[in-house]
Amino acid sequence: MKKGWISYPYILWMIIFTIVPLLLVMYYGFTKTENGTMVLTPDNFIRVMEPTYLKVLWRSVLLALVSTVVCFIIGYPVAMILAGRDISRKSTLVLLFVIPMWMNFLLRTYAWMTLLDRKGLINTLLGALGLPQLNLLYTDFAVILGMVYNFLPFMVLPIYSVLRKIDRSLIEAAEDLGSDTVTVFRKVIFPLSLPGVVSGITMVFMPAVTTFIISKLLGGSQYMLIGNLIEDQFMRVYDWNFGSAVSIIMMLLILLSMGVMARYDKEGTGGGLF
Amino acid sequence: MSKHIIELVDLVKDYDGTEALKGINLYIRQNEFITFLGPSGCGKTTTLRLIGGFEKPTSGKIIFEGVDITDMPPYKRKVNTVFQKYALFPHMNVFENIAFGLRIKKTDKKVISEKVSRMLKLVNLEGFEKRSVDSLSGGQQQRVAIARALVNEPEVLLLDEPLGALDLKLRKEMQLELKRMQQQLGITFIYVTHDQEEALTMSDTIVVMQNGTIQQIGTPEDIYNEPKNAFVADFIGESNIIDGVMLRDYRVRFAGHEFDCVDKGFGINEDVDVVIRPEDIRLVPRDESPLQGTVKSVIFKGVHYEMQVDDHNGYGWIVHSTSMEPENTDVGLQISPQDIQIMKKVSAI
Repeated sequence: MKKGWISYPYILWMIIFTIVPLLLVMYYGFTKTENGTMVLTPDNFIRVMEPTYLKVLWRSVLLALVSTVVCFIIGYPVAMILAGRDISRKSTLVLLFVIPMWMNFLLRTYAWMTLLDRKGLINTLLGALGLPQLNLLYTDFAVILGMVYNFLPFMVLPIYSVLRKIDRSLIEAAEDLGSDTVTVFRKVIFPLSLPGVVSGITMVFMPAVTTFIISKLLGGSQYMLIGNLIEDQFMRVYDWNFGSAVSIIMMLLILLSMGVMARYDKEGTGGGLF
Repeated sequence: MSKHIIELVDLVKDYDGTEALKGINLYIRQNEFITFLGPSGCGKTTTLRLIGGFEKPTSGKIIFEGVDITDMPPYKRKVNTVFQKYALFPHMNVFENIAFGLRIKKTDKKVISEKVSRMLKLVNLEGFEKRSVDSLSGGQQQRVAIARALVNEPEVLLLDEPLGALDLKLRKEMQLELKRMQQQLGITFIYVTHDQEEALTMSDTIVVMQNGTIQQIGTPEDIYNEPKNAFVADFIGESNIIDGVMLRDYRVRFAGHEFDCVDKGFGINEDVDVVIRPEDIRLVPRDESPLQGTVKSVIFKGVHYEMQVDDHNGYGWIVHSTSMEPENTDVGLQISPQDIQIMKKVSAI
């Protein structure tokens, strides 16, 4: 390749900030300290297979899946409305959708805490109406709500941009050939929007499965997702070896899910690796 | 006389206050090849889209085989469309594209594959079933688009400038091929183009449009030989159009001279447009004609030369001839009475 030297700084960057840390994580994951010396061992990974940790793993994946599905169910129609051509103030609407993303992520999540709290806005309103109080904060519901709220734009925007690019004449051609509105959607619009759906799913699922802030704030300090588990190992228990092993497992998990998504993303527009 | 398959009654279409169509009245006969011809923005594509059902008219009616279909959605209409940019489905191969309409009608699988192969044969694309549409050339995509529409056996096929993206040679081939298909299948073709040569080559009937109104309806010969007004004359082929005064029946004055002509029925001293085709002017030695000029430019066009001859009033006559006069030669311009076409002035243009 000509002018290969242009890529050298980037290669250097990647070695320092990607390859080396990865190797370090691998190193910690496959070793442990015994009597002051490092030993090579698979013990950390065997420990991850303990039911307690498998449960955490399972719960993380499940919650991320539920959030992704909810984001998709809410996000797809929103994207369609935004991409629809009969809306005159389309850019304003898109902007309204994006503006929350400009606000600090923590701030947004704290806001939900004050809304969902037992003495929060929702319960105060319920109380004023004479209705029973609800236990909202520190539940699975709160965590899923937080994820959906924070990650919804990442589902809407890729689908919106794909839908917007679909040639109007393709829809007319389908109508012309006998499709009613439902069939047009089923046979033309949805198949053509799949690349957007795939990248939307990837962009929601990945941060959802690794989050620890949302689960900590909205799920409570005892709430364990894989992200919290890793955080605890590094920040509280100081068991870097076990924390690294969990991280590696999580990376494999993401790699696997992206591999699955890549099968449906022939266009290669998603954030996939394959 | 075959029956009228489509009738357009007082069709008006408004786009945010600008009138794209100003009351179109037209009937289309079964099995005819009818062409809407006009410059861009004349309303020809709008008319086609109204027939296809992709737009609703602001007022007026569309009658299809005696039934009012003005408010019928496109998927219920017995017409199919070949779109300007083909609009093939990129996520389907050639076979699936053509089979699209049949699958929606839940046609039997065996029948589908039979019909699709028959269509592929008709458009000379046998063996292309499994190809992706992106891998096809413009002409091939075009033919898939035609096959996709025709396989549904529509009573009327709408074609929106389908040959616009093709190169000249391919376009000429496809013109003949389309005409052949139309005759072979006995389907009504409604064709939209801005290319007057294409319209003359293929059509049984030409509808010349401008500014949302119909200027003239007629056979290609009628339109070319007897244009109704200066716009049609100018749009169909090249023309010299100059102001004239009708002195009395069979006598007209233009370019500072009086000429005999074959038209009558105008008022005495009525202002008229005089239209003369470039190929109807003969260049003769200077003294043999009262109308004289100087050759200003000569362009070789293949079959003929195109010359511009400026007369003493400064009007530049376009003359087509197989023989050439060199630049700056003084010549006479000779025109036969039957080649002088007199038209009423159109005030609205």
